[in-house]
Formats: sequence, structure tokens, C-alpha cells
Amino acid sequence: MNYVPHTKAQEEEMLDRIGVENVEALFESVPPDYRFPSVELPEPVSEIEIMRELREVAESNADLQHVSCFLGAGAYHHYVPSVVDHVVSRSEFYTAYTPYQPEISQGTLQSIFEYQSMICDLTSMEVSNASHYDGATAMAESVIMAYNVSRGRRNKVIISPTVHPEYLATVRTYMQGMEMDIVAPRDPSADLDWLIDQVDENTACLIVQNPDFLGRIHDLNDVAEKVHAHGALLVVACDPISLGLLKPPGDMDADIALGEGQPLGNPLNYGGPYLGFFTCKKNFVRRMAGRLVGQTTDVEGRRGYVLTLATREQHIRRERATSNICTNEGLNALAAAVYLAALGKCGLKQVAELCYHRAHYAAKAIDRLADYSVDFDMPFFKEFVVRCPTSVAEINERLLQDYDILGGYDLGRAYPKLQNHMLVCVTEMNSAQQIDDLVSALEEVGRS
Amino acid sequence: MTEPIIYELSVSGRCGAHLPDLDVPPSDLPPQELLRDDLDLPEVSESDVMRHYVHLSQMNHGVDIGFYPLGSCTMKYNPKVNEDAARLPGFVETHPYQPEASVQGNLRLMYELQEFLKALSGFQAVSLQPAAGAHGELAGVLMIRSYHESRGDTDRKIMLIPDSAHGTNPASTSMAGFEMVELESDERGNVDVNDLRKHVNDQLAGMMLTNPNTLGLFDENVLEITRLVHEAGGLMYGDGANFNALMGVTKPADLGFDVMHFNLHKTFSTPHGGGGPGSGPVGASKVLADFLPGPVVVLEGRKTEKDLTPTYRLEMPAKSIGRVKAFYGQFGVIIKAYTYIRMLGAKGLLETSKGAVLNANYLQAILKEVYPLPFERLCMHEFVLEGRIEEAPDVQALDICKRLIDFGIHPPTNYFPLIVPEALMIEPTETESKRMLDYFADTMEQIAKEAREKPELLHNAPVNAPVRRLDEVWAARNLVLRWQKEEGTEA
Amino acid sequence: MPVQVDENCLYTESHEWLRIEGEEAYTGITDFAQDSLSDVVYVELPDVGDTFEQGEPYGVIESVKAASDCYLPLAGEILEVNEELEVSPELVNEDPYGEGWFVRFKIEDPDQINDLMDPDTYKEYAEKAQEEGTH
Repeated sequence: MNYVPHTKAQEEEMLDRIGVENVEALFESVPPDYRFPSVELPEPVSEIEIMRELREVAESNADLQHVSCFLGAGAYHHYVPSVVDHVVSRSEFYTAYTPYQPEISQGTLQSIFEYQSMICDLTSMEVSNASHYDGATAMAESVIMAYNVSRGRRNKVIISPTVHPEYLATVRTYMQGMEMDIVAPRDPSADLDWLIDQVDENTACLIVQNPDFLGRIHDLNDVAEKVHAHGALLVVACDPISLGLLKPPGDMDADIALGEGQPLGNPLNYGGPYLGFFTCKKNFVRRMAGRLVGQTTDVEGRRGYVLTLATREQHIRRERATSNICTNEGLNALAAAVYLAALGKCGLKQVAELCYHRAHYAAKAIDRLADYSVDFDMPFFKEFVVRCPTSVAEINERLLQDYDILGGYDLGRAYPKLQNHMLVCVTEMNSAQQIDDLVSALEEVGRS
Repeated sequence: MTEPIIYELSVSGRCGAHLPDLDVPPSDLPPQELLRDDLDLPEVSESDVMRHYVHLSQMNHGVDIGFYPLGSCTMKYNPKVNEDAARLPGFVETHPYQPEASVQGNLRLMYELQEFLKALSGFQAVSLQPAAGAHGELAGVLMIRSYHESRGDTDRKIMLIPDSAHGTNPASTSMAGFEMVELESDERGNVDVNDLRKHVNDQLAGMMLTNPNTLGLFDENVLEITRLVHEAGGLMYGDGANFNALMGVTKPADLGFDVMHFNLHKTFSTPHGGGGPGSGPVGASKVLADFLPGPVVVLEGRKTEKDLTPTYRLEMPAKSIGRVKAFYGQFGVIIKAYTYIRMLGAKGLLETSKGAVLNANYLQAILKEVYPLPFERLCMHEFVLEGRIEEAPDVQALDICKRLIDFGIHPPTNYFPLIVPEALMIEPTETESKRMLDYFADTMEQIAKEAREKPELLHNAPVNAPVRRLDEVWAARNLVLRWQKEEGTEA
Repeated sequence: MPVQVDENCLYTESHEWLRIEGEEAYTGITDFAQDSLSDVVYVELPDVGDTFEQGEPYGVIESVKAASDCYLPLAGEILEVNEELEVSPELVNEDPYGEGWFVRFKIEDPDQINDLMDPDTYKEYAEKAQEEGTH
């Protein structure tokens, strides 16, 4: 089985034209001792067989069509309107390459331009690129960008302990070859004032997440001014759904705003593919990584779109490029754009409010349970921290086994101080009934 | 043909999605200073959304529309069953932080794909984490860095890169803190081994080699190259962008490569999505296996059919460089590549590579009589021509490309590799029929004829496209990067 | 196309011009350089007060498809940058020796002036480069 369409006779004809005896003769440059080795792979199967098998494999998972989900922590179960999948399933979109030939890529280019526009409006930032791999890599790129904005003169980055732990880990990996001083305390109680105090003349940027990894909403209104006083940049990572309700980073004078774009019309897909959205102030655009689409006109004066500022990118600037990124998350960005278009101004606000009110309803109900408590000191959006009577892993096992509920994230995994603390996530996908079921299940599990 | 911007379709008060009403008592909102005032998103109906994007899709060229011989990008047909597989709700609707016991199906698939890629490449271990080719490259170069560092061998700062390399190679090198030294090519399109000899010393961290290289040529001295680099204490990075020529043909690990990324979105037929998502798993030899990014999937104990205890587990390799992104990898893409490999098996994959190389050589044999071929050799899965015609000095590679659009063909990669003037890099892939290859060859001949007789046809091309040539200079000077409502108008 | 030179300037092998005014000098790129780059879309210039060695890259000039460094012909301290280029990079194409100047700087070591080419030598040098650049 293969997808080569030639008949034997056609193959002969082609070989004749090339002037070789057989196909094997085309591989004469490959060292003979290592040519055509044996490869151990399972025997090929037909479409019927592979689909039957994969359906079984897929059904062996406890997927969210069969369990109710209160798990978030950076990957969120949100409603994806049907129209989104119908658009991204069009093969004119998904079988295209990067739009290097603008005349026959206007569909991709205009949809990215619209994506950039909507992401700018959502974040209140001036410029958005066409996407990064995910929120974590977007954050890593923000550090490189801040370093470059300082023209390589500032090599310290301060990262709040309540950014997503895997984002911090990714930043650390990216920084291995750069001599950056990463100040990243792991105690989640380190407050914003303490972080701001660490900013000095050698600091490229301060990175905070809002709502933070624990779901809490911070007042960032005065932070930028304090960070700018030292010549450093403020980088804000945020949940795009929260921006249906909360003040966007651009209105708080953030220099770079980024985040995980998955909640915008992309399914959970066990962690990928997602997209990182990335925005900044216009005067930093030349230090930004990734693709950018700009508007222009064709020779007949018609509006059209092209990839622009390519001189920042690896295929032109090579070792001095702003990043090595090439392929990004085009189709996921398209999904995000369709999502934002479909929901629009009112829809996104409605989703955000559903998340907010249902999460608060759940938090209050859980807090009323004898064995659990919720900290209401700070405002939160759709996630909140629950102190549990026993280990989160144990509770989650019971919830899944006995109640078909996927419990929250075990915060002990990320913060040693937060053993027995669960990060519960509630979205518009969780009905009041599901929330009530969770509360009674927690109660029963807590008692036993 | 133009389509309004989605904002231009907006009418205040509309929403294209259908959401539930609030079914719980509302809580107090946070204080006003934490809330947003206004949100400028389009307000359109669902039918507006669908039509708008269908119109946009019609302004694109894709593999499902026509020939796409874009060199180094492997724009092969993407079997539809792969799409069906990746859309199974049991995969799509799983959360990355679910307990491992509840997603054994996902982990099994990932584990098996790791094993398949090992079998094809000869590597000791594979990590599926990187999200794209360049991302895998960065991971690989960081692994080389960690390896030298773990041995206290910290003076190795030089990465050798041939002058024919993809731009991602030098860019990844810089990001990993190495200094790049460019190697020249010889007259047969191989790395100049004499130039290489000058640079193998105790400063050498490693070398990045794309093989077959971007000229579509398999480096005839590959064994000599890997030996020289290893003798100097360096490691070999393989850029796997061109692996479509090599499945079942040879194993990079056997040739002396220590680490290589795969492009699932090229070789293993997962669609490119108009610029992603890709997937860039990394394979490593014994010396580098422990340094792979993670987590990777490991198999615990024996695999039995009815065993309900977790058998597959996520684990960080012993000396891992760490994670290169959140979560595990491009799972949705991984399913497609898995399906593809399972349907083809070892024999089918070998036939695939053979077909790719046959198609490229067939086109090269015809077209070298029309356009200059800088390296007269059998090629692998792609080849590079010079896009110039003796009797038409004003015609450039770009004009030839734009004229191809008028014939319904996506232009080849152009002006790359940099070492060939007016380069046209042509990769037909194995899924194109002889009829299509002949049509392309005829068209290229026709364009050469037009260039001599009516060059304005080329200079004015394309005329049969949604738009004609666009003013890229204006775009770069004016930087209109988002739609904004004009002052005083109602959007 | 004939290579245009300005008789009042001195030149470098990397196609920069230099016009000396007392202890200071103006510099930019030559007509030949702007022509080979084609439409300039952006010029990245240093900060006032930055200092550079002779021949050190101090800025970047970009067209749609290429980015090139520009090198300071003599060691010195930047006194002024041409802010007009930020809004009108096309000045580099339209008037490379005049309104398309890049920076004004303080000359640190006047002896280095001897390293530069006079207009006639440069014209010959650039014409040779032009010939080699075309087939």
C-alpha cells in the first residue's frame, strides 16, 4: 500500500527518460553498506482496519464526552461552535503551505490579518504576530525579545511564581544558551510588590500572569509605570477568555502581552496543537519574532495582503534572526479567528461571564463543605484553589472512578507548599447540575 | 476578487454563536478598575462567518486544488483517513493533565510512534515534544550543548553549517549560544571536505547537515564528514526536512548522525495548515538519548491486552534539556502521522521514498534541457534549476514563478538555496501522477518560450489569480498590521 | 547604469560615504549601494552617544528581501541620527548623498581618514563590483 499513482508501464517510461535501469539505481550516492536496510514496522493495514483500531484506542480513553471536567491549569474545556471546525476542515485552508506566494494565498493571508486585528482588539495591544507554538514558547520568545529591545544590555528577567510552571520550565530551556539571569521564586505567596522591587537597571522584563496560575486576578494598573521607571518591559500572560470581562493588558500599559490561544476555538487534543498569541507595542515590532501579515494593494489597486517584515526572520537574517521560528500554528490561529468572529463582542463577554459566575457558584458551594475550604481573599476568574482533606491524587481517582468526574489540578505537583490543594476550573461547559454533582461527590469523598 | 474584512460585515448587536443562559445565581463582579470598558470585536451572524471564510478559502491554492512543487516543503497529498482519525472524539476531547491511567490510548499511540520513528531512523530514542521542525532543531542543538557541558567540555562553541543550509539552522545555532561557521560546497554540490578539515578542532561543538541537502543531492562524503566531526569530538545534527527521500533507503543513525528532527508535516503527510501546525520529533543516538526534551512516553513492564493498570507513562529523560513547550507534543498531528505509517508499513514507506525520488529525477531529466541545472547528477526527492533563460535576460526566476500561477501551478521555492543564482527548487513528491508531471514540464517549456517571445506575459503575471502582484515595499514601509475603523465611520 | 558619486565625499569598500565637517562627519550609503538594495523600507540607527570602532556595524538597512549592516567609516561617537529616515526610508533611494544621510558623528582618530577611497577610486571600484554582480 502506498500513495504513488504510477502503473508499472509508466514507471518504466519514466526510468527510460532518466536513463537508468531501475529505481534502485537512483540511490547510488547512498553508501552501499547502509542502503536499503531492513526496517521493523507493523504490517500495513487498510483504512477499515486502522479506523476500527483507532476508534477502539480512542474509546479506551476517558474523554470529556463521557466525564465532566473541572480540570484546567493552562488547557481549557470551552465551547467550540460548530462553524469553527467546518471552516478549518476546508482543505483549501489546511492543505496550503505558508503563504509565500501572496497572489494565491489571499485566503490564508487575509484570515491571519483578521486574526491579528481581533487579537489586538482583545488584548488592547497595537501589534499581534501570526502565532507561536503555544503559550509557553510565546513566553520564552518574549524574554528574547525584551533582551533584544535592550540591545543585549539587560540580561535579567524576573518571572512571577504564579506563571504556569511549564511556561517557566520552557523559558529555562530556551535560555540555556543565553547568559540570562532568571529570577523566579517558586513560593506562590511572593507578592507583586516584592517582584517589582527586584526590577533594576539590568532587568530586561518582568513577567506576570493574569489571571495567574491559581486563577487570581491581580491589579496591574500601576505595575507598568514602576517597571518602566527602570527601563524594563512589562510582559503579561493572560487567558484570552478572561478578556471578555477583565481589563486587557494594553489598557495597563503592558509592553508585551501573550498567552495560550487554545481556549479560542481549539479543542483540548491532549495538549496540542495549540497556539501562542503574541502582541506588543508598535515601536517594538522589529524585535518581534514570527510571521506578520500586512495590508497593501496589487498593481490594479485592489486591497490585498502579504507577509511583511520578513527581514526579521530566519530565512533572510539567518544567525541574526529574531528567532528560528518558521512553521507556526496557522490552522489553530484560523480556528481562533473564526471563534472570535462567531462569538464577537457579545458572545465573548457572555462566555466570560458564564465562567465567572459558575466558578463563583462552585467555589461558594465547595467552601460550605465541612472538609474543604476556598480562599476568597483575592478576586478570581474561572479557577480557584480548594484546600482538601486528603491528597488531590486520591480524591481525583475516586472522582473519576465512582462519579465520572475529572477533578482539578493537583497543585502539589507545581508547589511543594500546596500539597492537598486542588485547582478547580469551571467554564461555560459545566452546567449547574454538573457543579452540584461535583460538590456532592467531593463531600462524599471527603467524608470517607 | 476581494472579500470584505470581517469587521466590515459587523452590525451592532449580533452574535454568531449560541450560548446557554446563566443557570446559577450571579456573584459580584470584581471592582470596576479590574474590568474592561469596551471590546471591539466583529458582530456578525453565523452565516456571515461561514460565507466569509468560504470566500477566503476560495482565494487559496492548496494541495487538494493542484500541483504544489514547493522545494523542501514536501507538499504531498494528505490522505483523508488521517483527518478522520485525528477527529475521533476519544482523542480530541482529552485533557493533557488527565491521570495517565485514563489516557492510556493516547500514550500508547505516542509510544508506538516513537518506536516507528526509531525503526526508520536507527536512533536509540525519540521525543515527540517539539512543535515544528525549527523547534526540534533548537532542541537538538541544545542537546549538543548540554552534552558537552555535562562532560565539562565547555570550550566547544563552534557549529559548522554548510552554505546550502536552511535559514533555521544558523538561527537555531545562535539561540543555543553557539557561533556558526559556514562551510562551502564543492563542485558536485557536496560539503567541501577540505573546507571541513580546516574547522575540525577542539572548539568544535558539532555540525548541522541536511542530507539530502537543499540542492536535493545526497552528500557523497557523508561517512567521511561524520567521521571527521566525531574524531574532533563534535556531534552531528541531521536536519530531517528532507527525510521523504530516505524512508527505508538509509538510516541516519547508521550514517553517523547523533540527533535529528523529523517533520511530521512533511514526510509523514500531515497537512501544513497554511503555516502549521507542524510537529518536529527529535531522535537521538545513544550518546544523546538521555538529553532529549521531555516528557517522553515509556512502557512499563509487559504490554498485555486486558491489563487495566497503567502500562504507559510519561517520563523525563535522565539528563533532559527540559521541556521545549507546555504539555507533550502536537498530539493531533501525531495521530495523523501514526495513521499514515500504520497504513503504509515498511514496504509502503520505502515505495514512497522511491516514488518521490523517481518523480524528481524524471522532471529533472526533462527540465535540464530547458533551464540550467547547476549540478549534473541524479537527484533525490528534489532538484534545483536556475530560473533564467539565455535569450531573455530580463526574465527572472520570480517572473517564471508568477507565470506558473496562471497555469494553476504553485511556484517552486525560489531564490533558495542561496548558492544557486535565481534558484528554482522543485519537489514534486511521490503522490503526483505522470500526467501532472508532464503538464508541469510542458508548462515550464511553454514559459521559457514565452520568455523569449513575449516576456511581458511573465512580467505581468499572474493575471489568473484573485489578485495580481502586490506592493510589498508599500506594506513594509507603512506597516498596516491590523484593521482599524476609519475615523468618523460606523463599523 | 553609471555609478553616481559625490565629489565631496570619501568612500569605504563596504559602500559607505563620508563627508567631513571639521572634527565631525556625516555618513550614509552610496548610490551604488542603494541601487543594489533596491527599495529601502527601513533603516535601523544607533542611539546618540553610542561609540563605534572603525568599520564596526552601527546600523542595519532593510529592503523587502534583504537586511545589510552599515559600518562606520571611522571610529567615533554618534552625535545625531537622521530621524527623517524613520518615516521616509525612501530618502535613501532618492537622495543617498543628501537627505538620505544616516548619522553625524565625532571623529575620534583623523589618521583613519587615510584608509578611505577618493571619489575616482571608488567610482572605479563600484563599477567593477557592478560588472561582477551581473551575468
